[in-house]
Amino acid sequence: MDDDQVFKALADPTRRHLLDRLFERDGRTLTELESELEMTRFGVMKHLRVLEDAGLVVPRREGREKLHFLNPVPIRLIHDRWIDKYTEHRVAALADLKHELEESA
Amino acid sequence: MSTMTAQTTQVYSVFILATPEQIWDAITKSEFTQQYFYGVRIDVRDGRRFSAIGEMEWDEEVLESDPPRRLVHGWNAGYDPDLAAEAESRVTWEIEPQDGGITKLTVVHDRLEGAPKTAESVAGGWMYILSGLKTLLETGKPLAG
Repeated sequence: MDDDQVFKALADPTRRHLLDRLFERDGRTLTELESELEMTRFGVMKHLRVLEDAGLVVPRREGREKLHFLNPVPIRLIHDRWIDKYTEHRVAALADLKHELEESA
Repeated sequence: MSTMTAQTTQVYSVFILATPEQIWDAITKSEFTQQYFYGVRIDVRDGRRFSAIGEMEWDEEVLESDPPRRLVHGWNAGYDPDLAAEAESRVTWEIEPQDGGITKLTVVHDRLEGAPKTAESVAGGWMYILSGLKTLLETGKPLAG
């Protein structure tokens, strides 16, 4: 599981739309998701597969049905890996600036 | 997140470079949980899951235990009186080894129908916890911040 797969999965409007639908109401069947998209069943399956491979959607069997759940953890990991890293840097830069200004005062 | 209606079944999954045994220890022993679970010291023993933080203590029933593969327990949010007043929900931990020394950890928090406030409150929490658990097991250090 790497970041590349997550970024690639997110780099498509249909797949982001599917994630938004699951965000609104989680645990849906393929048939339910298909009914909200103007796309063939095969097309929806293909997109769901990419989302599953990236870990963004987790399928679970409940009785006879296969339900699709949104898994937000990979997005959180990207947040921790990228966003935190750069905000930390910015905070450190401000701390350095303060230090320098106080030194020269 | 304001438009989200809290889900009554929530699924969280993460791949961790660690063995199932390491993950089992990390979710059942307080020496580990206090490093990534909001500081809560959690110990699973004698069919109960004991939690403690500060002066607060609470515990839940262990419904299923199959080390190091599967742990199912009740969930009552003893850390918050408002949430603890709601109906008990259920948490399932599934630990599945994959190729290459990687293990897939899935947390299913369900039976949240009678606990809408809990459902809303744990949604962000599980992400933080699983992200922290992955970091702890892969680097030996808690998540910064």
